[in-house]
Amino acid sequence: MRAKDLLHPRPEGLYCPPGDFFIDPVRPVDRALITHGHSDHARSGHAHVMATDQTLQIMALRYGENFAGATQVAKLGEVIEVNGVKVSFHPAGHVLGSAQILVEHKDCRIVASGDYKRRADPTCLSFTPISCDVFITEATFGLPVFRHPPDTEEVARLIKSTEQFPERAHLVGAYALGKAQRVIRLVRDAGYDRPIYIHGALAKLSRFYEEQGVALGELLPATLEKGNKGDFAGAIVVGPPSAFADRWARRFPDPVASFASGWMRIRQRAKQRGVELPLIISDHSDWDELIETIAETGASEVWVTHGREEALVRWCEINGIRAQPLHLVGYEDEGD
Amino acid sequence: MNRFAELLDRLVLTPSRLGKLKLLTDYFRETEDPDRGLALAAITGDLTINAVKPAMLRALMEERMDPVLFRYSHDYVGDLAEAVSLVWPAPESHLRANRTPTLSEVVESLQTASRSDGPRVLARLLDSAESASARFAIIKLVTGGLRIGVSARLAKQALADLGGVDVNEVEEVWHGLSVPYLNLFAWLEGHGEKPERKPEALFRSVMLSTPVENNDLERLEPEHYAAEWKWDGIRVQVVAENGIKRLYSRTGDDVSGAFPDLMDAVQFDAAIDGELLVHDKKGGTGTFSDLQQRLNRKTVSAKVMEDYPVFVRVYDLLQEGEEDLRPLPFEERRKRLERFISELDPFRFDLSPLVEFSDWHDVDDKRKRPPHPVIEGVMLKRWSAPYMAGRAKGPWFKWKRDPYTVDAVLMYAQRGHGKRSSFYSDYTFGVWTGPEENPELVPVGKAYFGFTDAELKQIDKYVRDHTIDRFGPVRSVRADRQSGLVLEVAFEGLARSTRHKSGIAMRFPRVSRLRWDKPPAEADRLESLESLLDR
Ligand SMILES: [Zn+2]
Repeated sequence: MRAKDLLHPRPEGLYCPPGDFFIDPVRPVDRALITHGHSDHARSGHAHVMATDQTLQIMALRYGENFAGATQVAKLGEVIEVNGVKVSFHPAGHVLGSAQILVEHKDCRIVASGDYKRRADPTCLSFTPISCDVFITEATFGLPVFRHPPDTEEVARLIKSTEQFPERAHLVGAYALGKAQRVIRLVRDAGYDRPIYIHGALAKLSRFYEEQGVALGELLPATLEKGNKGDFAGAIVVGPPSAFADRWARRFPDPVASFASGWMRIRQRAKQRGVELPLIISDHSDWDELIETIAETGASEVWVTHGREEALVRWCEINGIRAQPLHLVGYEDEGD
Repeated sequence: MNRFAELLDRLVLTPSRLGKLKLLTDYFRETEDPDRGLALAAITGDLTINAVKPAMLRALMEERMDPVLFRYSHDYVGDLAEAVSLVWPAPESHLRANRTPTLSEVVESLQTASRSDGPRVLARLLDSAESASARFAIIKLVTGGLRIGVSARLAKQALADLGGVDVNEVEEVWHGLSVPYLNLFAWLEGHGEKPERKPEALFRSVMLSTPVENNDLERLEPEHYAAEWKWDGIRVQVVAENGIKRLYSRTGDDVSGAFPDLMDAVQFDAAIDGELLVHDKKGGTGTFSDLQQRLNRKTVSAKVMEDYPVFVRVYDLLQEGEEDLRPLPFEERRKRLERFISELDPFRFDLSPLVEFSDWHDVDDKRKRPPHPVIEGVMLKRWSAPYMAGRAKGPWFKWKRDPYTVDAVLMYAQRGHGKRSSFYSDYTFGVWTGPEENPELVPVGKAYFGFTDAELKQIDKYVRDHTIDRFGPVRSVRADRQSGLVLEVAFEGLARSTRHKSGIAMRFPRVSRLRWDKPPAEADRLESLESLLDR
């Protein structure tokens, strides 16, 4: 069977004709397989949804219990047949519950990676490379300039800054699902045991992470009574990035604007957003991890999707691997 | 190197002066000699390293990486130094250094490398750096220009903070120092003598004035004060001693190099304080706009010197020969100055005249109606005051003419930094131009202060409610004849500018009033600003 007959793009998303299902569709469909809970991948309104237990729970938290007509839990590593096509979910190391999806039919193996990263993350299972014929890789940071430094160094800078500027609140922008909990967990691992203040948008998901066994230490709501501005002096406050450009941010004393994202690698990006303390912490693979992963899967063909396709396609060509961009629409990269 | 790299990274993104000072002071405290002194020299521009050209850097990169992938990378990042620092490949593990070199090791390698060796030495240093930040700092050192928004003055303030001394003390010893400033740090940390001033044409910290505020003059006797025009040029100090001649800016930077025409006329042993100005075509005093032709240049062509000859309008004499005149009262210094200046080339040095006046009302009238566009008010100097460094209140007052104002329409707003990062606080405003019946707005300036916190909130809300487009941190605000916010903008003067579409550049614009009441169609036209240019 030719790979593109097994999976190919449609306006709704990546479609499998023999299995009659979509992977991470951006519009409501009859049957959806979902890699992870970020809103650009996991949408509500599908008739049937198959995903890992954690991803299903995250979707329920975000969209309400009735986010889909029916749901089916995919256990990691378990092979499930969908209309005769074998599918299985494998850890992607991106956020809690995230998975790659292996689609297998008539001797053709395709892995759709979803979003993934390779370095250790104390808040989710590590990525496992799956051998395949075609590897569909994300390319959010698919340029050689993106090489994420060790996250411990980034967190150490944050903690140092709170000691250097004890009178200022440190506002850390981090996406609500995954990044926020990872940053908090890394701050804890660095020995910081003061309370961490969180924006309301983080509360439900952080509680869920705690229930799933990711200890986050003492979290307090970043709300305040009238006139107690001093309380946040020197404190770490974590919230969704959008909140920091908002009126919400005005309650903090002379804040240090920080942002945890792979995009912070580029100085101009940090400058444009008014970020004073960029933290290069990403839930996506950097360039080195992308090319290492492509090599490890042993895939003879690579399809590159959402991100900067051209550089990765070029790298594959130089290294004798067939590659093409796969134009999928609607992925906005909520997760970094 | 890692600490220096981190310092650069943080400085470039830290908007507030206080934040920068804290970062610098902490760095100087935590870093050992000679690294901290080299960092200081790099920041103040006193570190000499043979430059590596951008083309060389690109060539080094293309030896190590597919040129197409490098082009994608460079195009994306924009800045060559940053792009190279990010993509530079880690060397094979057996070639890897076991640690990033220190700043002094980097500087020494670069300084001892011959010009032809430069690129190879640079490549070796980049191989040994463990982080992109360290590589970026190394490349910035060899390509020149750190561009971190830290002036020499700010660095000196950080040193003063480190040692708990006044910044003027640092200024005074500065010219006797050399890289890496071991004796300076020893003194500031309390385990060394204060460095000696080198006895040659040193800078003297300048005396500054305070503005006249409400009721300041009521208690003062007019006859205790002399009045002079306040010249809107560049405050300078000319010092000549034993054949060494220097022209200093008010912060003590040596700017002699850009004014050889003036320096040739320095044929005396003295220190004088005055205002740098240019002559206009008729030999009179040119405007600030003319003076700008001579500013911010390291070197100057014969043509520019001929078209815009500079001179100093002198108002004080600090030293004559061996004698320090600063302890003398102004009255005495003035007499000595009048005698002294009569010997100098009158084309290059003239005397700032005294302004006759009867009482404070008379002074008030005069400062409001200055007789020349390059006059921005009057100075009042107490006859009995010695020349004192710093800004004491009482001996010298400045009383400026009222600022110019224009009614302009808010066009774009940009988010601020630091405390203001959640507010749209930087405003681009424009005035009408084109046909009366169908005019359009042309931007004439940008202002980010002058309003109260309460007004900031109101404007912020206005911006959010009237956004018609957004790009990055900037919002385009509705501004047409029917709808728009009129800002009364105060400014100190105008200069012609080829860089701005309007053809003018405003000096020191700030919002003086919000004109919620004024329909945008009634804001000013460009012609009314242009008429100020020709005054
Ligand atoms: Zn994601």
